[in-house]
Amino acid sequence: MIGFIGLDVGSVSTNIVFLDDEGKVRESVYLRTNGRPIPAVQKGLRQISRLVPLRTVIRGVGATGSGRHLAGIIAGADVIKNEITSHATASSRLVPGVRTVLEIGGQDSKIIVLRDGIVADFAMNTVCAAGTGSFLDQQAARLNVKIEDFGGLSLKASSPVRIAGRCAVFAESDMIHKQQMGYDLPDILAGLCEALVRNYLNNVGKGKDISGPVVFQGGVAANLGMRSAFERALNKEIIVPPNYDVMGAVGAAMLARDYVSRGAPTGFKGFGAAETDFHAGSFECDGCPNCCEVVELSENGAVIARWGDRCGKWSNNVSREKIS
Amino acid sequence: MKVTFPHMGNLWICLDAMLQYLGIETVVPPPSSKKTLNLGSKHSPEFACMPLKLNLGNFMEASERGADTIVMAGGCGPCRFGYYAQVEHIILEDLGYKYSLVVMEPPEKHISELLSRIRYITGNKPWMEVIRGIKFGYRKARAVDRLEMAAMRKRPLEKRAGQTDTALTEALSIIAGSAYGKLDDAIARASEIMDQIPVDRKPVLKIGLVGEIYTLLEPFANLDIERKLGRLGVEVDRSIYLSEWVNDHLFMGLIKGLRSSSLYIKSSAPYMRHFVGGHGQETLGAAVYYNKKGYDGIIQVLPFTCMPEIVAQSILPGFSRDTGMPVMTLIVDEQTGESGYLTRLEAFVDLLAEKGARKEELA
Repeated sequence: MIGFIGLDVGSVSTNIVFLDDEGKVRESVYLRTNGRPIPAVQKGLRQISRLVPLRTVIRGVGATGSGRHLAGIIAGADVIKNEITSHATASSRLVPGVRTVLEIGGQDSKIIVLRDGIVADFAMNTVCAAGTGSFLDQQAARLNVKIEDFGGLSLKASSPVRIAGRCAVFAESDMIHKQQMGYDLPDILAGLCEALVRNYLNNVGKGKDISGPVVFQGGVAANLGMRSAFERALNKEIIVPPNYDVMGAVGAAMLARDYVSRGAPTGFKGFGAAETDFHAGSFECDGCPNCCEVVELSENGAVIARWGDRCGKWSNNVSREKIS
Repeated sequence: MKVTFPHMGNLWICLDAMLQYLGIETVVPPPSSKKTLNLGSKHSPEFACMPLKLNLGNFMEASERGADTIVMAGGCGPCRFGYYAQVEHIILEDLGYKYSLVVMEPPEKHISELLSRIRYITGNKPWMEVIRGIKFGYRKARAVDRLEMAAMRKRPLEKRAGQTDTALTEALSIIAGSAYGKLDDAIARASEIMDQIPVDRKPVLKIGLVGEIYTLLEPFANLDIERKLGRLGVEVDRSIYLSEWVNDHLFMGLIKGLRSSSLYIKSSAPYMRHFVGGHGQETLGAAVYYNKKGYDGIIQVLPFTCMPEIVAQSILPGFSRDTGMPVMTLIVDEQTGESGYLTRLEAFVDLLAEKGARKEELA
């Protein structure tokens, strides 16, 4: 059989999916990036290679996420695409007719407005990280609640407490205050979800036309409390698709499938890339006052890619970075 | 007297030419860099916008090179910038720097006000000389703008990535280095360099950049947005060019035939009929203008906490709904991490490309 691979290397998690010939998600791997994207990609490739059926030919690879360029070069990706387009592609194909995508990941959150299957508008969080998964993670740790239990517990709330959601720092002190006052744990958790949703809608969703069907995806969509807080705030049904936590990777794989379907051969380096010795280093160029920090990636000692220079003096020397 | 001034894109080329023509020694600060920002933000009020922090950093770095007099623009209206020259001066004094300050403010009534401020620096130079110096500087500004416009047109079409920027750097240094009387020759050589960039013929997307002047003109502040978009295959235009701004605000429209902010003021009417400070009204007017000109999308750039642009930002979604024109707002501050920024630009370009493809399918 033939299939496609999608890589999504984010700040918190690295996700790898395997799609079959028809574009159905067959396997997925979810790993923590732990700030070391190269080993994470290699580990993920190793794990997915064990899940892929025997005698499978990988016909295309797509990479996305903030580490997409690195991942793309390591795996030999055919398509290197930004997260917004990847997420939009996945949800518009898996949930036909979707008009709004709410996506909350570890470090960032975004809203994508689709009309007739194409992106019409989008926004990402800018200066503040209050409306993201990391914030929920931290508060759960502070309350001694496992993040997996967070959502279920919050649904037991009878009257969610009001927590200031405008700023993560204010929210935290507000929450501690409410704890000290003796409020019930589920009420506090539900209050946190509501604060986060309020923050998201006021910041990321500001001025956007949020109409249904609404899809909620990203790691935070696992949180039942967040789903119901969105439902209450928007007064709309919220759809959480089956592969909500790996949608970026799914979208990247779909885009790779589109790309090679036009007859292009794949650049996939094979699962052996997991065993190759990759090394990333950096240096400061002293060619002009810009002092660019140039990143250099080498494979078995030979430089295969450089980026980070403004003028192209270093990156052009190797190969032109593929942005398609 | 050694005169310095803040950086704002290639403003230095024009100021340096004008002052040097008049026999005044100048100190051009090193280009704005992370070091400039670190120096500036360490000593600035936290809530001030990035331009103030970079200005301050520029002055501190220029002082290391011996500058003792600051020439700084002022302004009027509700934008805080009008007061930055004074605030920066006080901060520098508190830090022990010995600087004297000359504020070039848009004349309130007559161009003579501007001339008298210039007098402070030029001393007893005959007026004709002063005017010639200003004209020399202005012509350089115009030449620089033309080169930048050419670069924005060529970047998406260049055969090899980076060729346009190599040519632009060379062309700009020819203009910067040309002496009075040799400028025509320099302009001809510089534009020839730009003409010789090998390009492909292909359709490109067009994006209009609107927003706050400093962040539009200073590549360090906007994380090199023109170059990034160019490499993504986009032809860019921006609503503000230095020479047009100088003509509007310092010469009070003396030179005819240039695109002027009064055009934006007129076209902003359906969305904003009042001056809201800074370039808020121009931002909306320029959005309307680019829509009429058939651009594919609009990006608004502003420094974090910029009030006039926040007002414009809140009205832009309404404009976008009415016209179907995609608009994205980018807020810049001290962050220098580029990956999130590039993600937004790429996604916006994808959006425009898909929208364009869909239109063709339906047509």
